Amino acid sequence: MGQITLKQVRKSFGDVHVIPGVDLDINDGEFVVFVGPSGCGKSTLLRLIAGLEDTTSGKIHIDGKDATDLPPAKRGLAMVFQSYALYPHMTVRKNIAFPLKMAGMNPAEIDKKVEYAARVLNLANYLDRRPGQLSGGQRQRVAIGRAIVRSPSAFLFDEPLSNLDAALRVGMRQEITELHQNLKTTMIYVTHDQVEAMTMADKIVVLNAGNIEQVGSPLELYRRPRNLFVAGFIGSPKMNLIEGAEAAKLGAKTIGIRPEHIEVGSGPWSGTVALSEHLGSDTFLKVDAGELGIMTVRGSGEVNVHTGDRIQFAPQADKVHRFDANGLRLD
Amino acid sequence: MSTQSTRLASRIMVAPSVIVLFIWMIVPLAMTLYFSFRIYRLLSPDRTGWVGFANYTWFFKSPEFWLAISNTLALVLGVLIITVVLGTLIALLIDQPVKGQGVLRILVIAPFFVMPPVAAMIWDNLFMHPQNGLLGAVSRAFGAEPILYMEQYPMASIITIVAWEWLPFATLILLTAMQSLSSEQLEAAEMDGASALNRFRYIIFPHLTRAITVVILIETIFLLGIFGEIFTATQGGPGSASTTLPYMIFKQAIVAKDIGRAAAGGIIAVILANIVAFFLMRSIGKNLDA
Ligand SMILES: Nc1ncnc2c1ncn2[C@@H]1O[C@H](COP(=O)(O)OP(=O)(O)OP(=O)(O)O)[C@@H](O)[C@H]1O
Ligand SMILES: [Mg+2]
Repeated sequence: MGQITLKQVRKSFGDVHVIPGVDLDINDGEFVVFVGPSGCGKSTLLRLIAGLEDTTSGKIHIDGKDATDLPPAKRGLAMVFQSYALYPHMTVRKNIAFPLKMAGMNPAEIDKKVEYAARVLNLANYLDRRPGQLSGGQRQRVAIGRAIVRSPSAFLFDEPLSNLDAALRVGMRQEITELHQNLKTTMIYVTHDQVEAMTMADKIVVLNAGNIEQVGSPLELYRRPRNLFVAGFIGSPKMNLIEGAEAAKLGAKTIGIRPEHIEVGSGPWSGTVALSEHLGSDTFLKVDAGELGIMTVRGSGEVNVHTGDRIQFAPQADKVHRFDANGLRLD
Repeated sequence: MSTQSTRLASRIMVAPSVIVLFIWMIVPLAMTLYFSFRIYRLLSPDRTGWVGFANYTWFFKSPEFWLAISNTLALVLGVLIITVVLGTLIALLIDQPVKGQGVLRILVIAPFFVMPPVAAMIWDNLFMHPQNGLLGAVSRAFGAEPILYMEQYPMASIITIVAWEWLPFATLILLTAMQSLSSEQLEAAEMDGASALNRFRYIIFPHLTRAITVVILIETIFLLGIFGEIFTATQGGPGSASTTLPYMIFKQAIVAKDIGRAAAGGIIAVILANIVAFFLMRSIGKNLDA
């Protein structure tokens, strides 16, 4: 079980209202990703769920029971920290065994669980090393190992991969996804990496200044962003947002069109190429389109355009997003 | 950094300081050794000559010497235990976020700035004095006779005074060590179900071992030579009840004016210090390895 409900949860540090009031339902077995710009309160929200911070007001229910005032250890959750937070003076074995030892489990059973975790996470050869003698990826796995031995009802991850290099990050991302598929345990995962959010999540929660802007599956957020913030935040490179006459034509205050939904060659819009980046598979163009502003356009790898060229381009009609004066989506 | 030429260059460059330090150490040591085998009494300067180990055997035969050794060890051990245990507790307390933290920390550190004779005077006259002292007043308030601390418990009194002086040092070192512990480690332990006591035992204490080692080593060096407090408060008495090895050497050199014996005592003290250092490094020195 790992069903978590937040009801009007607020958090203030002194008179700074970091979380002004959040309602959220997380179902059992879901992989939920919190994304948002730096300082928007992702870590704070996670720590509130973990019990490492007290809520200012509101209720947190875990598996239907009120857990608002429970200490962290009693909530049955396990957390993996950004800095791993391994115990440096203990061996990997003792690190992983620590929560079990604290729970008073008998040594034989502890050994069995540690061996199991080590096998799952490919740590068997490192059990007698100290964290200081491990690579970043191995430390990350130890931290995950320490979390899984307790069989928690949910895992909380706070940017677990941000200290790893790009290649390792891809590997660990897949390992965590596989782990989720095997354990089928609820996972809440904080990141500000687009790709992690899109590839791992069953459900993405987009946060901005402590408010939830939208909750939905990755494709829902991509296809139907509820407002301008989500439209600009999800997708890379960012969606082009156009105001003024062109938007008014479609009866909107602002229209948005993703770079990948623009056809180069002919069309109503034109501009001068200010920058072209050939990545092989794709070509990203920064186009100075006068009235429309600077637009990002994605072409195929074969597009043969150079800086200074004048090009014509057009949006795919059904892929244009329209937003009203309040920044909300129009349909 | 370790090509042949840089190694040679670095050796040449540190050589002068090593040579100066070596001379600085070896000349007094050699002179002390030399005097320790001679008759050299300031009150009878005409008597000179070699006496073999007589100066040394005088110490080993003197009951005061064995008392002084045990007093010295009691002082070192007692102060170490008090400062490390209380220092850890106080560091834990003042590490908590409280109002007026800055002032509180200065208060805690203050005793360290008091010179040893002044500290001894404060304790002797303001706390432990039977008529004027605070502790005497407390005893009387409970209807008891004031305790004559310096007469009845001279060694315990000296240990208390020295521990009071060195407590801030231990507290300060342990506090900085505590502050270098990442809060995430403690939070992780909290999530892992460790109680406050277990968090101390499994996370904070292991983190502190290196700092505790440093405290023990540094304090031992200074505590072996404690003199001013004894001189001010008890004069090594009553009798020789609070005489330590340094104080006994002082008595031989300055009171009895027997330089030969004092030199022998000095050599014994050097050997004792080395024995202590050897056992200390054996038992806790490994904590200092990274
Ligand atoms: N203990 C604290 N006291 C006061 N303000 C705090 C405290 N902890 C966090 N904040 C503030 O709360 C806000 C949210 O912080 P939080 O750490 O949750 O951000 P985040 O979304 O995790 O950012 P990042 O992506 O950079 O990790 C920030 O503006 C931060 O300054
Ligand atoms: Mg954060």
